[in-house]
Amino acid sequence: MAATNTAGGHLSAVQTPEEQAGQEYFDRVIAEDSRIEPRDWMPEGYRKTLVRQVSQHAHSEIIGMQPEANWITRAPSLKRKAILMAKVQDEAGHGLYLYSAAETLGTPRHVLNQQLLSGKAKYSSIFNYPARTWADMGAIGWLVDGAAIANQVPLCRASYGPYGRAMVRICKEESFHQRQGWEILFELSHGTPAQKQMAQDAVNRFYGPALQMFGPPDDDSPNSRQSMAWNIKRFSNDELRQRFVDMIVPQAEALGLTLPDPDLKWNEERGHYDFGELDWNEFKSVIAGKGPCNVQRMQRRRQAHENGAWVREAAAEYARKEAAAQQTADTALIGA
Amino acid sequence: MTQQQSSQNAEELTMAATAPEPEGETAWGLWEVFVRSSRGLSHVHAGSLHAPDATMALRNARDLYTRRNEGTSVWVVPSEVISSSDPDSKGGYFESAQGKSYRHATYYTKSEGVKHL
Amino acid sequence: MSFASHDSATKQSAGIAITAEEIGASGVTASEDVANYALYLGDDALMLAQRLGWWISRAPELEEDIALGNIGLDLLGHARFFLTYAGTAWGKTEDDLAYFRDEHEFRSCRLVEQENGDFAQTIVKQLIFSYYQYELYRRLVESKDETLAAIADKALKEIQYHQDHASQWTLRLGKGTEESHRRMEKALFYMWPYVDELFADDELLTRLAEQGIAVLPSSLREDFDRRIEAILAEAELRVPAVDGAWGGDRSGEFSEHRGHILTEMQVLARQHPGATW
Repeated sequence: MAATNTAGGHLSAVQTPEEQAGQEYFDRVIAEDSRIEPRDWMPEGYRKTLVRQVSQHAHSEIIGMQPEANWITRAPSLKRKAILMAKVQDEAGHGLYLYSAAETLGTPRHVLNQQLLSGKAKYSSIFNYPARTWADMGAIGWLVDGAAIANQVPLCRASYGPYGRAMVRICKEESFHQRQGWEILFELSHGTPAQKQMAQDAVNRFYGPALQMFGPPDDDSPNSRQSMAWNIKRFSNDELRQRFVDMIVPQAEALGLTLPDPDLKWNEERGHYDFGELDWNEFKSVIAGKGPCNVQRMQRRRQAHENGAWVREAAAEYARKEAAAQQTADTALIGA
Repeated sequence: MTQQQSSQNAEELTMAATAPEPEGETAWGLWEVFVRSSRGLSHVHAGSLHAPDATMALRNARDLYTRRNEGTSVWVVPSEVISSSDPDSKGGYFESAQGKSYRHATYYTKSEGVKHL
Repeated sequence: MSFASHDSATKQSAGIAITAEEIGASGVTASEDVANYALYLGDDALMLAQRLGWWISRAPELEEDIALGNIGLDLLGHARFFLTYAGTAWGKTEDDLAYFRDEHEFRSCRLVEQENGDFAQTIVKQLIFSYYQYELYRRLVESKDETLAAIADKALKEIQYHQDHASQWTLRLGKGTEESHRRMEKALFYMWPYVDELFADDELLTRLAEQGIAVLPSSLREDFDRRIEAILAEAELRVPAVDGAWGGDRSGEFSEHRGHILTEMQVLARQHPGATW
């Protein structure tokens, strides 16, 4: 049964009476801006959209650990090392909160993981860019996490309960991620000329890809409208992108760094900053697997999974043996 | 909570239930985590995680759900042992509690102004 | 940003505990001897934290990325306490000591410098070291040096968890599958030669122990042996019949790995001497 793209998410095929009742209940919950919970009836399209979106989000957190993990062993002070370790560790946590939400939709984590490892599932293409310098830790925190937070705050009100709850927890934890990134750049931009140069270079490289994290322009984003009708998404890609640009311009000024966009200027009439066209060809080719680090990121993930197989199996086998031993002991007790 | 079989989404759930185990290994079980944030409060559902057994589930729960002092106590429960009310009879199941306003103190208005009632 | 305040399961706080910043600002100055002893303790913790940091994003399961990260963060915290305290003797910061000492100036033992290897090797390293640290810190809380005692008090609670983590995994890998058992045996064989030096006394330690400041490592050995033999036996493993490795004392006999660890750890800080981060 295929879902059509109608605003209410009704199914085009003939529904059974139970499905009709379920659909009516679902529609009412969405119309009241209430929450759908795991065991409620939901349209197939809604379930599939959520599994895809939530698991992609989870995969992004997990792959997103790599560019920053790349600097844990080289962080330039012990305080920064501790902050970075805590942050990358949080990202593993955020991935797990999201997998936990996705699993309530009926797809187990090992299946989601398999989709990631086989290349079937996508993750945010920003993580296919390299983290070359320490300043990238600043730019990733400030711009990449900043964009992620701008995306995620409205998702705290997503119509699917477990997703919204995961986002609340994530947003609370992420508020430190963006601040620590901004602070790294602040220290650099107020440091030696070499440090300031490093900071500017990182901002130059991450600005465009960070703005692209909101997804393609609205007129090129076919799934957005349905997601908004289902109260999963609350604002369009372009709305969120504009909001983000408006936020980071003064933040860049406070850093004493420039944003690499000659068209960036205040538009009195709109009450917003105008900004230049982004390179969507680059965006599409990075998504298609041609980014600088796509292969490397996937290989690292697969290696971790494969190298861990014997450990996971040993723990599972131990649990089986212990359970069996317990049962034998119980039986012996009854026998006595 | 994990899904349990129900008539309307049986197809999806059957798929989940029979999804093949990862090749050559057993997937760790799913555990639901409940955290007591401070003494005097109840344990509240925080989310889920995977672990091979209860001992490791408790340790993973500490690391995953209490990194910022969110808890003073943690429970873990295998997801599969949780039974929940049937969503299909949502109307019927909770209907009885509706409309019995006499169970609530606000129903009794005559005593307004009388102290300690 | 406003979040549902009724969701008590996400209520957060920083908690109350000693911080490196507080030690630095306390105005207490370590004596030369105490500072050198703090380097022994701090360098061990730093090397191990550096090794554990590598695991984040590479662990056998995501839950374990977080567990190893937590242990690494605890140890990094201990390193910062000890190095900050040591630095008070010489007017140096924790970062001066971590980033601008050369190989021969570090005081770590060879065990913590060993490579991560596979998960079994990391677990065996953690098992040995956390059991040693537990015996050490549980006595150091009585130190006549108040700062060392305060650090030990904070660290001891965390070490107990590290010990538990390593024990749980030792049981699972020792008794799990044939492969995991074999890997544990191999890891024990590889790590055990570096156990003896953990318990070696030297002049500094003897001097400080006489003043009730340091714990004499040799005094920990009996308890360590008894407890680690017990957990290994429970895991159907045993102490391998290997001799202690020659060489190795804290005044300058170090492993080949140390240079590589420092090269990586110090590279950026040394490219920008005098910079703040």
